[in-house]
Parts: sequence; C-alpha cells; structure tokens
Amino acid sequence: MSTAGETLVTIEDLRVHFPITSGIVFQRKVGAVYAVDGIDLEIKQGETLGLVGESGCGKSTTGRAILQLIRPTTGRVLYSGADLAHLSGGALRKQRRRMQMIFQDPYASLNGRMTVGDIVGEPLLVHKMGDRGQRKTKVRELLETVGINPNTLNRYPHEFSGGQRQRIGIARALAVEPNFIVCDEPISALDVSIRAQIINLLQQLQREFGLTYLFIAHDLSVVRHISDRVAVMYLGRIVELAENAVLYESPMHPYTQALLSAVPIPDPSAEELRRPVVLTGDVPSPVEPPSGCHFHTRCPAAREGVCDVEDPKLKIVRPGHWAACHLITGDDYPHIRAGENDVAVVDDAPATDDAAGGPVGERGETA
Amino acid sequence: MGTEHDTLLRLTDLTVDFASQEGSVHAVNRVSFEVAPGELVGLVGESGCGKSVTASAILGLTRMINNATISGSIEFLGRDLLALPENEVRQVRGRDISMIFQDPVTSLNPVLSIERLMTEGLELHLDMSHSEAVKRAIELLGEVGIPKAAGRIKDYPHQFSGGMRQRVMIAIALSCNPKLLLADEPTTALDVTIQAQILRLMKQLSRAHNAAVIVITHDLGVVAGMCQRILVMYAGRIVEAGPAKDLFHHPHHPYTVGLLRSVPRLDEPRKDTLQSIEGLPPDLAHLPPGCSFAPRCWLADEECWQSPPELFETAPGRTTACYHRDALIAGAEMPA
Amino acid sequence: MSDDERREADELRREGAIAPEPEMGLHPSAAAAGASLSSGEGAAGYFGETLMIEQQSLGGEVWRRFRRDKFAMVGLAAIIIIILLAVFAPWIAPHDPLTQYNDGITMQGMPVGSSAKFPLGTDTLGRDMLSRILYGARVSLFIGIVANGFALLLGVVFGLSAGYFKGGTETLIMRMTDVMMAFPILLLAIALSTTVFSKGGVWLLVVVITIVYWTPMTRVIHGEVLSIREKEFVDAARLTGATNRRILFRHILPHLVAPIIVYTSLGIATTIVFEATLSYIGVGVQPPTPSWGQMISMGQDYYYTAPQLVIYPGLAIVITVLAFNLVGDGLRDAFDPQQRRR
Repeated sequence: MSTAGETLVTIEDLRVHFPITSGIVFQRKVGAVYAVDGIDLEIKQGETLGLVGESGCGKSTTGRAILQLIRPTTGRVLYSGADLAHLSGGALRKQRRRMQMIFQDPYASLNGRMTVGDIVGEPLLVHKMGDRGQRKTKVRELLETVGINPNTLNRYPHEFSGGQRQRIGIARALAVEPNFIVCDEPISALDVSIRAQIINLLQQLQREFGLTYLFIAHDLSVVRHISDRVAVMYLGRIVELAENAVLYESPMHPYTQALLSAVPIPDPSAEELRRPVVLTGDVPSPVEPPSGCHFHTRCPAAREGVCDVEDPKLKIVRPGHWAACHLITGDDYPHIRAGENDVAVVDDAPATDDAAGGPVGERGETA
Repeated sequence: MGTEHDTLLRLTDLTVDFASQEGSVHAVNRVSFEVAPGELVGLVGESGCGKSVTASAILGLTRMINNATISGSIEFLGRDLLALPENEVRQVRGRDISMIFQDPVTSLNPVLSIERLMTEGLELHLDMSHSEAVKRAIELLGEVGIPKAAGRIKDYPHQFSGGMRQRVMIAIALSCNPKLLLADEPTTALDVTIQAQILRLMKQLSRAHNAAVIVITHDLGVVAGMCQRILVMYAGRIVEAGPAKDLFHHPHHPYTVGLLRSVPRLDEPRKDTLQSIEGLPPDLAHLPPGCSFAPRCWLADEECWQSPPELFETAPGRTTACYHRDALIAGAEMPA
Repeated sequence: MSDDERREADELRREGAIAPEPEMGLHPSAAAAGASLSSGEGAAGYFGETLMIEQQSLGGEVWRRFRRDKFAMVGLAAIIIIILLAVFAPWIAPHDPLTQYNDGITMQGMPVGSSAKFPLGTDTLGRDMLSRILYGARVSLFIGIVANGFALLLGVVFGLSAGYFKGGTETLIMRMTDVMMAFPILLLAIALSTTVFSKGGVWLLVVVITIVYWTPMTRVIHGEVLSIREKEFVDAARLTGATNRRILFRHILPHLVAPIIVYTSLGIATTIVFEATLSYIGVGVQPPTPSWGQMISMGQDYYYTAPQLVIYPGLAIVITVLAFNLVGDGLRDAFDPQQRRR
C-alpha cells in the first residue's frame, strides 16, 4: 500500500521477563513470566507492520517494550542508530518525540481531570514547541485533523463518546510530529460502526504525515486490511512473518494456519463451507513455557526429539517470508486441516497451494 | 399457523423505559419477534441498542429496576411472563430460560466450587438430591467437553482457563434442560480459536437438547456461523429481521448495509478504505423525531426526519423498518 | 468517578438504565433544522457533534451531587455553624470560661442548673458551661483540623513516594507504616504525652496526634496511587516525555483530590474523638483550658446529680463528629456516585 523504505526500527533479541517473587520481608525471585521471549524484527519507514496473536502471546508487551514504557530485560531497540533500551533520563526523553502510542482504552488513556486542549497540548508543552499562542493554534489544528471540533478544547473527556476520545488520543500522539506510532488495539474497545471511521482516519494520517505504524491487534480481518506485513506471535515469540497477501493466502506455520481457519467471516454461506481447526489442549502458561518450540504441545505436526528439544529460530523460508518451525524448509511445510471432530491434523497428501484456497475456505464466492 | 406451542417465545411491543432527569429513555421501543423451539436466533446491535435490556426483560430482571417502566408482553409457551408474579417467574428463570454471560471471569462466583455452582440449580429446580445432582453435573461437564470431569468437579473457577470457564457456564445454563438459552456476548472475551470451539459446542448442544438459543452480540462473524435468523437492533428498535443468509446477502436496511460494508472480510480482496457509517451512536435520551438512524443515513430525506418507519414485511419472514426499502431491495449501495 | 465506572456508566446510560448525562451527541432540533449530517461532509466535517450542551466542570458536578444529598447538606450546615460558633466564641460566649462564679455553685457545693445567667448551667467550679463548650469547640476543632492537616501532608508525601517510585522506597515506607500501625495508638499517645511532650499544650497535642495518625492516610494514598499509575494516561504522559515531577503533580495528584477530601473530613471526626479521649484520660488538653473530653472527665462523678456536666459536652462531640461524618460520606458519594438505581 505504501512504498516502504529504509529500516526505521530494529529490534534485536528483545526479551521481557517479569520476575515472580516470594518472601515476607525480602523478595526472592522464584520464577518469571516470559512475556516476550526473544523477538527480532525490522520495521521499515512508511510501512504498517501488523502484530497479531491471541491473549498472552506478548504482543502488547512487545509494543510497550519497544517504546520503553516497560524496560526490556535484555535486547536492543535501535531507532535511527540509537539503542533506546540503553537510554534513560533526559536522553530517552529527547527520543520520545519520534515515537508515540495510541492506546486501546479510550476511557483510561485520557486524563479525566484535564481539558482536551491541555491533553493534546501537553506534548507541545513538554518539548517546548512554541509559545502559548502557537501551541493553542497547533492544538486546534490537530483536533481538526482528527475530526473533532476545535471549539471543544475546553471540554473534559467525559463529555465525549468513545470514538471521539480515541480521536483525541490520536491528536495527542500526532502533536510531537512523530515518525513511528505503535497502535495498541486502537479499535477493539469501540463500537463496530465507529471502527471503520477510525481505521480510515489512521490510514489517511499515515498518507498525510508519512507515518510508520506497528499495528497490534487480535482482529485478523482488520489487520489484513491495514497492514503491509504481518507478524504472528505465540507465547512470547514470533512464529511467522510475511507480506500481507502471502501470510493470509499461504501461511506456512501450523499455528498461523489454525488461527486463520478460526477467524469468522460475516457471511453465513462462507461460514457453512469452513471447518475451523481445533487445537487440542490449553495455551501453556508464560510462566512455564514448553521446552523447545513453544507451540509443540499443541501442534499436530510436532516431531518428538526435535520440536520439544530445540528452539526453532525465526528464519527466512522464502523471499520476504520468515517462519520459526523445524518442519518448514523452502516450499515444504506441514499442511494442517480439520480432521475428525475438527481436531487439527496434518494433511499427509497436501494438495497444491492453489486448490482449496488455503485455510480461509472457498474463495471466489462472489456476493 | 399451528398450535400455541409452535412458538416458544413471542415478544409483542415490548417497551422498556427508564425514567431519568432528561425525561424518559426508551431503551427498548416496541420490540416484537418470535422464536420457535430449537431455533438459533441472533440479536445484533451495538452498545446502547437495547439488546441487553431486552434479554434482561425476557429473564424478568428489568422489573427489579426501580425507575423502569415495562409494557407489552413476553409470551413464553403461551404465558405472559410480564403478567406473572415474581415467584412464578423465578421458576421459569434458570429452569426453562437460562443465560450465559459475557465474561466468564466475573460471572462464576470464585468462592464456590464448580460442584456447588452446578448442583445449586439442579437441586432447586429439578428437586434432585445432592448425589443425583453431582452425577448429573459430571455428565454435563463431560458433554461440554471438560476432560476428566469427575476429577475436576471440586475445583474452583480460577483453576480453569477462560474457554473452560465458558464451557462450565454453558453446562450450568443447560443443567435444568432449558427450552431457551440467552447468550449475551458469549465469546467476546475469548480468543478467536476458543471462540470457534465454543460456538460449535453451542450449536451441537442446542441440537442435542432441542434448546432455542438467542445469541446477543455486536459481532457479525459470530452470528454468521451460528444463527439461522437474525434481528438487527438500533436505538431500541428492531430495524431489520430475516433468515441469516438472506439478510447478509441482501440487507434491506441502511444500518445493516453500513455494518456489513464496514467490516473487512478475510475472504474478499483488500480495499483501499473501509466504507464507514457516519456520525456517532445514538443518544437514547435525545433521539431525533423521525427515524433514529436518519442522522447517519445516506438515504435520509424529509419523510425520514418526520416520523419513525414501522417494520414492514418485504417478503415472508423478512421485515425492515425503512422508507427506502424499495431502493435497497433493488440493490442501492452505500456511497464510497 | 473512576474510569472503569465511567465506562460502565456510559454503557448503562446508553441502554437507558441510568440517568444520561448531557453528552456531545446529536441534538435533534439542530439536526431537524436541516443540518445535513448524512452527506459526506457532515456538519462541517466534525463527526456527530453539533449543539453545545452546557459545559460541565468536575467540581461543579461534584457540588451538584452533594447538594442533592440531604444528610450531607445538614452536616455541612452543622459544620458551618459550629465553626462560626468556635471562631466567634470570644464575642458570643456570655462569660469567660475560666471565671469561677460564686453564684455558680449552690450552697451544697453543687453545680447550678440552667438559668438566665447560665443558659446551660455551671460546672463543679462554678464556671459557665455554655462558654466552656464554645471555647472547647475552638480547642477541638483547632486540634482536629490542624493535626489532620499535618497527618495529611505526611500521608500524601509518603503515600505518593511509596506508590509512584515503588522498589526500595516503597518497601521502606510501607514497612514503617506497618510498624507504626502495630502500636496501640492510645498507649503511644499517652506515652508521648507524658514523657517527651510532657510540657503539655495544644501544639504538642497536635504533634502527638499527627505522629499517630499519618499512617492510615499513607495507606490510602499509596493504594490510590498504585491504581492510578497503571492507567494508560500515565503511560501516555510518560511517552510524551513528561518528567516524573510533572506526572506526579499534573496527572496523579489531581486524582487524589477526591480520596484526600473524603478521608480528611472523616479523619477530622476521628481526631476530634481522639483528642477528647486523650483529654478525658488526662493526657490531653490540660485544665483550665476547656476541652470537651476533659469536661466529661471532670463531670463524670456527678453523672446522677448533675448529668448536664456530661451530657452537654458529650452532645457537642456527637454532633460535631456526626456532622463531619455526614459531610465525609456525602463527599465520597458525590465524587464516586453509585448511580445505578436498583
């Protein structure tokens, strides 16, 4: 959709482990929540990188760790050469101008005790961008850009609806003229009829200001609409990363295949033809992730002695297509389909990629 | 049309008003529909459309709210629930009509074991002894797919995952063999892979127990896979109703059209921009004089602003509340 | 109202279950006047909002809700009256509270009942009860408010630091609080009053009470800060590059106003009782300065013969404490209304 350029953000072996402590007076570390367990990622200038996964996969933590809202346990976050993970204080605050976040909850992300004008103007104040008059003008401009009447800048957030508050949050993020914005589930808390408005706004702003987005969401249909490339996370690791069309049409990792088969399609005829794949077992706890490949406990293709022993690194399997799986080599990968009772099984004699249209089901059903 | 018992549930002109400083808020405004035994119905709408209040009314819970005024009738197997005294309604609630809630984390009492949670209803409504109830509970847990149910019945809710808790809630809801199950956003709090499982389970159980299900949700994908018939609500009214396939393929109300067009689909090519419904969700205390959707509707004209359109039957079983239905039937589309 | 409750309230408001607040929604008359919002431009491009419904500031909202609570208003009226009486006591009181009148004692040496000269009678030393009660109000209120003020200051400083900076600071402060709270406050106050602060006097009593009372406020503030700092707007502020100082004062402190006000008014009630207790046992305000607790202590031997010695100061305490409690409860409800009418 947009022409992606140079690499803007490089994430190297990012890990976020939350220690679990125990003890009455002095806390001892007895374990950890391995929320993010080794992420390598490059985000290119101007692109929208979608980050998807189910609850507990660590995608929100990743977004926050990149922006240093949560300090990574180890790893590097390189932004135009500077390693954010090792900056602090004034130096970090200076870098803050270049990246921002749009939050999920339109109610909790705006300070209810501040006026809208103060909220959107605060970043300008903190970075000393202009005098009071100039700031006010800028705030009015920003509000107008996101579709909020600038005359309301003396109002408080509670006087606005959820969708409008989200717009205000976007205006705030744009105030410092950032290059990079992490969108953390920006529409999940909004009414369905408003979501499309906000998505359109985000895309329009991207075109207008040349923004780069990391779009974190669990709604795979929306991610498909907005992203250039998509990364799929499972239990703290990236399991697959590819161009949008490639990931959705020919996913290679067993988890991605299962995930895509479960996404509902708002069309009863299409739904009739699909058989979502059922993964056995529960999602393991991030406190005790399985050894080797984190997915092996639920993977129908898991090979004993390999998948439960060794960590599969995210490696390139086709041009622009990365996967973390021992069983994927070149064009060869485990095809997952719904077996008896829809339980996930490996297809022994996989059809070629063109037939059956992949896990999404029959395509080409015209409306 | 057959005997009275062909229709399991019939709502006629159900209206729920809440008194407030702003005047009367019409949370539910002359809602009428029917549910046949064993039917899977979807009640679709966003927050504030009145779907949850409708569900509460069916369960007889709205009468407990002080500033609520309820009128109309809710006939269940021929008896008007609104006309019954509370003790009789209580017998119906939990036994013949039961409900699954959205958040399995907060809906199961964390200090009670699963055994207590499940046997309570069985002992109360079906007069079972405790040991009979426990046996039945284990059976039900097995039916909803909890492995090694006998060993887990003494566990507490926090020892189960989200998907498992939802299954437990379904088991509790089905325990007294209800004829009607209300499911309020049953999968919204669940991951998509678990959602698929739960919806499949609900369909199977509905068939097995011959229980009708009303799925109340904002998620079109959920009802597409699950429901035979859809009712679309907006600002307290039903604006469109019909069989699922027909409604999805040929929507006859601009709101339905808007919803369907604004949701991206995995199986369609990517678009540049999503079509979106303009404006804000309605403020129930300050509804426009005519059609509630008029402020956001691309087809709205003078007539629409003057008086709200009634539900009109465009085909057998197909209704829509729009003055411009002919244009929509002919295939009018939202402007890009 | 906390954000979670606000979100829930908005939901319920949409469904009509609770009273809607004027929102920036569509106003029907403006819409019907022909403003075309359905076309692509939509009210000059602004989504949905046309007519301004009156602006609401949070302070105004709180006051409006408080006004509706009859009990709270009664309490507020009582407090205002009590404060006025205390402030103007030197002008209102019919007599000097320390003067012992000969005609204040009967032949048998008993206190005199109500009369024209002594509206509430006299005490065992012939001093006018009414004047003593009025002056006693000054003492009780002064100690209550000032001691609470200091305790509040300490509580906010400690609670904020512990809650915001966490880590070692938090552990140190909270363990200190735990240790302090483990002390029986009454005994501690007695010990301090009789040893370290044995010179007596109102200011030293203030100090004693502050030492004993800073702990609950710290706990409350600490808990509030813990929950506020997790809110996303704090993350957002951090992301804009705000310094810790700015976050503490501009973002977190304003959200503490509600619990501070509520707990202060309730705290004043408690400290008044505590001062009365200390004075009753004799380690508080020393005679001849009148204090309600002290008056009860002196009058208790005469309970059967001259009950007014105990009843009047007792009533004074009860009314004052009740008034502060009513106001405190009213404020708590006004800041955090439970609007669901069930």
